[in-house]
Amino acid sequence: MKRFFLSTVTLLALWAMVLVGLPAAAQAKTIKVGAILAETGGASFLGGPEARTIRMLVEKINAAGGVNGDTIELIIKDSASTPEKAISFAKQLIEEEKVLAIVGPSTSGETMSIKQICEDGKTILLSCAAAEVIVNPVGRYVFKTPQKDSDAVKKIYMAMQKMGVAKIAVLSDNTGFGKAGKEQLEAIAPEFAIQIVANEVYDKGATDLSAVVTKIRADKNVQAVVNWSIVPAQAIVAKNIRQAGWDVPIFQSHGFGNIKYVEAAGIAAEGIIFPAGRLLVADTLSADHPQKSVLVQYRDEYEAKFQEPASTFGGHGYDAIMILVNAMKAAGSNDSEKVRDAIENMKGFVGTGGVFNFSATDHNGLDIDSFAMLTVKDGKFVLYNK
Amino acid sequence: MTSQLFLQYLFAGITYGIIYAIVAIGFNIIYNTTGIINFAQGEFVMLGGMIAISLHAILPLPLAIGLAVISTMLIGALIEILFIRWLRSPSVLRMIIITIGLSILIREAALHIWGENVRSLPYFNGNEISSIQLLGANISPQVLWVIGICSIMVMLLSLFFKFTSLGQEMRACAANRLAATLCGISTKNMVTFSFMLSAGIGALAGCVVSPITYTQYDSGTALAIKGFTVAVLGGLGNSLAAVLAGILLGVIESFSISVVPLAFQDAISIGILLIILFVRPHGLFGSREAAGLKEF
Repeated sequence: MKRFFLSTVTLLALWAMVLVGLPAAAQAKTIKVGAILAETGGASFLGGPEARTIRMLVEKINAAGGVNGDTIELIIKDSASTPEKAISFAKQLIEEEKVLAIVGPSTSGETMSIKQICEDGKTILLSCAAAEVIVNPVGRYVFKTPQKDSDAVKKIYMAMQKMGVAKIAVLSDNTGFGKAGKEQLEAIAPEFAIQIVANEVYDKGATDLSAVVTKIRADKNVQAVVNWSIVPAQAIVAKNIRQAGWDVPIFQSHGFGNIKYVEAAGIAAEGIIFPAGRLLVADTLSADHPQKSVLVQYRDEYEAKFQEPASTFGGHGYDAIMILVNAMKAAGSNDSEKVRDAIENMKGFVGTGGVFNFSATDHNGLDIDSFAMLTVKDGKFVLYNK
Repeated sequence: MTSQLFLQYLFAGITYGIIYAIVAIGFNIIYNTTGIINFAQGEFVMLGGMIAISLHAILPLPLAIGLAVISTMLIGALIEILFIRWLRSPSVLRMIIITIGLSILIREAALHIWGENVRSLPYFNGNEISSIQLLGANISPQVLWVIGICSIMVMLLSLFFKFTSLGQEMRACAANRLAATLCGISTKNMVTFSFMLSAGIGALAGCVVSPITYTQYDSGTALAIKGFTVAVLGGLGNSLAAVLAGILLGVIESFSISVVPLAFQDAISIGILLIILFVRPHGLFGSREAAGLKEF
């Protein structure tokens, strides 16, 4: 009896293996695309929407027949916002999975830690992180989709000049994004005759920042505050400044482009001025704006599927995967070198961040006009017209 | 430094300190009954905040907070019954590893339930920008709420541990488990009670600080580290000492910012913790003899 039972089980197992094995063999080819995104951890605000966007788009592309006859097999790894995990996932994706390209990581620190790994592994990297060092100096296989932080700084300083602001305080968080932004703010300030009179860095997990607000406020020369951050603590800064009864103009970075941050800061967010892509104000664009249809379509699809407001970060994910897919189509092949060349030669691609024009020396492809200055009014993002 | 500036730093320090202290109290309760540190305490703080925020969508604020506290207490009891109750005289090390494991488990569960977004309860009074003028300096009304609730908590707890028989039984368990059992006290039930109590206090803390610090699935860890620092600084097991130590640490951190860059804030507080551990391992306000009798 026992023997009969065993042989039946073995037989069933064999049969199951054949069943599972057959359709896989009959299926069309798949092309592997990796993604390393901070779905959890400190940068989950970025990685969450990015991962959701990319899953949604790949589903849609595969449903429409894939690219060049191949379906995309998406492998998303959660880096939990740590460079260490990003490094091990990058190695795994390149060496074991042999992916065509890696989308992400979400943060500048993680991207910088795997830049060389992708270069050595000859694997395309489409980063969703903002810092300029990612593409300057240019790496052969490394691209990024968010706008340059130096352009964001210039936009902020231009707005300040119009307001007649000359002396500012800079607060930044201690992430890679905050550090890169602080360096750009310091480097570009002399160009606009702006003087940084106070400069402080706060922890990304800060719970209250009223003491540092007291400190920068003590300098009566401060005419405006730049709060450069990508973490929720940036909302605490705005709150603490207003709680102290200080009505100084607050400028923030494109890291503020998530309506959740506005909700977190509540009424303290009113009047904050920051540069961002036009996704957040898609409705107010004129009908003939080149980005209008792309922005409205992405936003509506995202919001319908996930029941949450779209953010510019999800947009960076959109741009990364769509640039890859378009390059694959343009190359007419899923060969890694050909796709890389197609990205580098891509001109006039309309994404959520702006109109991308890549070249051998510019692996970002966006110029300063991809930024608009926005402000917060009645809890919503609106264009800042001054 | 002008007197107004001095006061503003002082208030900022008190704000930091009282947030640390209110979290530290939860650590002390479990320590008082079991002699162990519950490293999942920060997660109780986060759970309280999160549950209250979810409930606030359909219920008025006080009711949402009350229900959040009760449900976190039930979760605390459940955790104790499932993971700790059946252990026979567990070693300190084993308990530490179990509670650290639990904290990871709760955090990941919270990530799946609430997602990665940062949320917060509304301010109990006023809004994000309202502040109260005190002697020319500004303080958020929410800070006064935290101070008030923290003081009431400390008072009720000390009364509870001194004068009620349940409180006395809980203390007996910490002093000598075997002797307490011989006196007819169910030590296992006492440990369950202490988990419930500290979960409830953690949850209440999570609700009152939520408007100031925000609540995210992983915000418990950061709060727990500072809370633990303060609990050790004051002397483990003593809630009033935790409050004093918390305010002391907060004020030192706040004034340190006026002379050194903000980035050194944590270095200063951890430095103080290390000095205390070397010089006075029983805490600023603890007694050496009592600490000597403890296992940990």
